[in-house]
Amino acid sequence: MVNVSMSVNGKSVTGEVEERTLLVQFLRENLRLTGTHIGCDTSQCGACVVHVDGVSVKSCTMLAVQANSTEVTTIEGLAANGDLHPMQQAFKDNHGLQCGFCTPGMVMSAIDIVNRNGNDLDETTVRKELEGNICRCTGYHNIVKSIQAGAKSMGG
Amino acid sequence: MYNFSFEKVKSVEEAVTAIQKAEDGKFVAGGQTMLPTMKHRLAGPSNIIDLSGVESLTEIKAHNECVTIGAMVTHRSVASSPEVLRDIPALAKLAGNIGDPAVRNRGTIGGSIANNDPAADYPAAIIGLGATVNTNKREISGDDFFTGMFETALEEDELITSISFPVANVAAYMKFENPASRYAIVGVFLVKLSDNVRVGVTGATACVHRGRRLEDALNKNFSPAAIDPVELSVEEMNSDIHASAEYRAHLVKVMTKRAVEACN
Repeated sequence: MVNVSMSVNGKSVTGEVEERTLLVQFLRENLRLTGTHIGCDTSQCGACVVHVDGVSVKSCTMLAVQANSTEVTTIEGLAANGDLHPMQQAFKDNHGLQCGFCTPGMVMSAIDIVNRNGNDLDETTVRKELEGNICRCTGYHNIVKSIQAGAKSMGG
Repeated sequence: MYNFSFEKVKSVEEAVTAIQKAEDGKFVAGGQTMLPTMKHRLAGPSNIIDLSGVESLTEIKAHNECVTIGAMVTHRSVASSPEVLRDIPALAKLAGNIGDPAVRNRGTIGGSIANNDPAADYPAAIIGLGATVNTNKREISGDDFFTGMFETALEEDELITSISFPVANVAAYMKFENPASRYAIVGVFLVKLSDNVRVGVTGATACVHRGRRLEDALNKNFSPAAIDPVELSVEEMNSDIHASAEYRAHLVKVMTKRAVEACN
């Protein structure tokens, strides 16, 4: 067993975990932050995407102990004072989800896309950047629209 | 995943000492292949030695017609490095098309080549560019580094510290990718030097290799048409659910032609 401590959504957390515990397991099972989903568990689907020190990672492919001393942001950490994050609002407004299973990872990846590519995103860029996130309901069309709209509103 | 002991080291010396002490130790770089492999219980190391705290392995330096990239530099950092974009743009493009953005944020060049997956992208660049792999013990010529499927010239307690790439402005990497994994079904890294051509081929055979017959044809006539008469050995090609041996042999020529067009 090993002790881990990190900041999750702005709060300091600690825990004692097995070395093999994945970051996603630590978030879901120790911290009960179940918004981060486990889809494929083989680092392909992107349902588990969170931000570690400001960049997107697949939390099923990182050990909790590797996240020691980092700052982690999950989907639960986006809304401020009860207001949805602009990207969450854009998914809602543009019908960017159906069953919702992939949505937390989509939103976290979307914000990472904006952070790296700016607020004016063309469709080709969004589709290429979404290669690591799989949705089996929507056919992606409204997800792409949501991300383009969310990117604009994140710019103010 | 089987459990293991975990140690995060701060220097190359600490890393080497740790692996020498371990019963069955493994270095972990970005972990983007290692952790999935351990989840499938295809690997069950007793000790994991995490290199993410070794700062000396994260530098990119341009010097003497060479770009040296630290083993722990992520694919994202290679793709966006001003030095790599200026001196070897084809390498930056290759790095920017590995996996997906989240994988590129964690995966590293050293981890990729130490693993030597037959469908990985970086090995084609090492071979094509004639790079040198620097370790804690020696310098290994890229041509001698990859020895077989998932096999390299590395010894058990040998650690890649950096890779030195000669500057190459006239080069291109063309890959026919698996649409799910983004691994190369076939990838061709072609470099046009002042006096000859080098071709690194990945995905096609059990291990990355130099496309000598392609090089011979292009040394005589650097044009896509020169590739048409080249005969490649179908027997040596991989055959799996993604592509047959015949299809891969065909793809090697198509990808080479596209790379030639991109260099002309």
